[in-house]
Amino acid sequence: MDYSITKFLWTLLGLFIVTNWGMLMSSTMRRINARVSGRIGIPWYQPWIDLVKLYSLRTQLTHGTMFYIGPVFRLMGGVGMFLFIPMVYGNPIWSNYSFSGDLVLILYFQFFGMLGMALGASEGGQPYSAIGISRGLSQFTTIEVPMTLAVISLAIQYQTLSISEIVAAQQGGITTWTMWTNPFATVAAMLSLLGAFGHSPFNLVKAPNEIPIGPPTEYHGTFLGVLRTNGAILHVAEAALFMNLFFGGAGSWFELIIKTFLIYFWSVFVGTVFPRFRIEQSVRWFLKVPTIIGIIAIILFL
Amino acid sequence: MEKNNIHKFEELDVDKFLAPENEKRSVLAPDGSIVEIDPLKDYFCQDRPEELKPRSGPVEKFLNWARAESLWVLGFGTGCGSIEIPPLVTPRFDMYRYGVQMRPTPRQSNVFIISGYLSVKTLKRAIRSYEQMPSPKYIIALGSCTINGGMYWDSYNTINRLDHYIPVDVYIAGCMPRPEALLAGFAKLKELIKAGKAENANEYARNFDWYKANQKKIIKDWNMPDFNW
Amino acid sequence: MIELIKDIESRFNTSDYIQKLKHLAFITVEKKQAISLVTYLRDYHKYSSLTLLTAVDWIEEGKFQLTYLINNPQNFTEIGVRVMIDRENATMESSHHLWENMATYQRELREMFGIDFPGSPRIEENFILEGWDNIPPYRRDFDTKEYTENTYFPRPGRESNDPATYMKSKMYPND
Repeated sequence: MDYSITKFLWTLLGLFIVTNWGMLMSSTMRRINARVSGRIGIPWYQPWIDLVKLYSLRTQLTHGTMFYIGPVFRLMGGVGMFLFIPMVYGNPIWSNYSFSGDLVLILYFQFFGMLGMALGASEGGQPYSAIGISRGLSQFTTIEVPMTLAVISLAIQYQTLSISEIVAAQQGGITTWTMWTNPFATVAAMLSLLGAFGHSPFNLVKAPNEIPIGPPTEYHGTFLGVLRTNGAILHVAEAALFMNLFFGGAGSWFELIIKTFLIYFWSVFVGTVFPRFRIEQSVRWFLKVPTIIGIIAIILFL
Repeated sequence: MEKNNIHKFEELDVDKFLAPENEKRSVLAPDGSIVEIDPLKDYFCQDRPEELKPRSGPVEKFLNWARAESLWVLGFGTGCGSIEIPPLVTPRFDMYRYGVQMRPTPRQSNVFIISGYLSVKTLKRAIRSYEQMPSPKYIIALGSCTINGGMYWDSYNTINRLDHYIPVDVYIAGCMPRPEALLAGFAKLKELIKAGKAENANEYARNFDWYKANQKKIIKDWNMPDFNW
Repeated sequence: MIELIKDIESRFNTSDYIQKLKHLAFITVEKKQAISLVTYLRDYHKYSSLTLLTAVDWIEEGKFQLTYLINNPQNFTEIGVRVMIDRENATMESSHHLWENMATYQRELREMFGIDFPGSPRIEENFILEGWDNIPPYRRDFDTKEYTENTYFPRPGRESNDPATYMKSKMYPND
């Protein structure tokens, strides 16, 4: 078979693994959260049942073209991120479609889903969606600031914008990880990660009890199913990106699973401990400490 | 009925209750033509609900199993019984382990708990929420108020029998039932769904005229479309 | 409180003074002077807080009794100012300028009793009953039970007993 076709099929398999791992991770984290508050929590297979139920609803209604396209854009954001991140280092099959400038493209894809969601949710006509969108965009813009500063710092440090090369530079034991060679960038990025995952201190946009659920107020059935699928992919892709940039990448799927779990657990750990920020608090928080740390990280490598 | 000593209650007109943005009006289009707008017809879908046939055989069985194991409850407390719902998410009762979760919007929920008495004003909102929920949808009626009016049976403003206005799947008797009873109600609802007997959304579509007549009999200021999609 | 009542009685045309509790008294005033009495109590005797405004339907006398219950937070006393108004064409001066929440009470009374308060803000709007087309439900000539049986769908099989005769038949079956 043609190499491009086999590569495409392998990437699809990778997407399948990542989706399922993301869903298992989210249910595990909800169980951990439940144990912290003394409950038993959802069964570990609950996300799959929810997904089947969402795809099997009998009535679906639309508010127009953009309403359809919104979730598709969001899914593109997740899948696009996955496509250009090398999942397993040193393996041409699992390095997906990463190329020399993929870091910039991924920064763009992070924002892309949010924009698509903004277009789709506004078409729904629900005023709460519009409020959720404006909050989400303003929060995400400030999340990007420390994140981008950290990435610039890495680019100066390694003199490259390719994730594969950054991972290659970190091979050779724990001490060569960016975590140790560039701790300021790591701290800034890990703080911005809290916002990107949207767990507790920064879950104002999509928390079910905020007015009332933010952008997806009007989404139901298949639309919501697509959004949830994307959530699973996006979480793993985001964690894999951080693993590649700061924690030495993964040599195998097993290592990837351990590392993404721990990175995801960092955000859940913070979320269990701290209550929710209001929008102006979270925006100010991101523009203070993480941004300053990010600037320091750049200055150190100039 | 003596009506002459009451001020202005006589001049009842349905249009009086329309919000100003929903009134009929004509608008000048950019090209100079005049466009007539009737928001109740233009902005809302006026179609009747349709009966949606279940799929056949094992597929429907599997889907029913999934629906039963993932019940999303609309967070809308209609009466005093809504105080029995919050304990369900606490460690003592923990409904999440049965796949029951709370959702904030009717678009994403399948189960509507009518918790206790329903005044006419709330009934109007309950109908709107119920009709906006996507199709395999179930109603749990909590407390004796929904069965026969309970202690409010002779009140001028609370309904007596819920099943005359929206179809009910499971009744939970009591005044008020404890959260354990609610969990038992969820278990019963799961049984019904898995047996394929919880098809009340279709029941509602089939007897749509009867339900609408009953609803319009008591909701005097009907200022919404006949069916809220 | 006695000095206060004497002061009031020297200035206003009042009657039927009742001391219910040590800190709670009721006084009836004629309709014309009611709002001025309430204003006087508020401005000169520090009865600065409105507890409630309510009505009683004295259908036999053809009267509505309005009660302005006002509270003095300094010495924890309450005075209920009672006004009798005619049941036919029941109208009362609006006093929404004294307390902001008075307007809400007046809306409620207009809806539930049909007492009009001309000039009160949003008095025409629905308060609780939306689109009510019967006589106001708190009037005593409104038969709640009959209305319920005709409007809603009572479930058959409900039995009710008169408590006195039922207990008598249970406890003294031989009498």
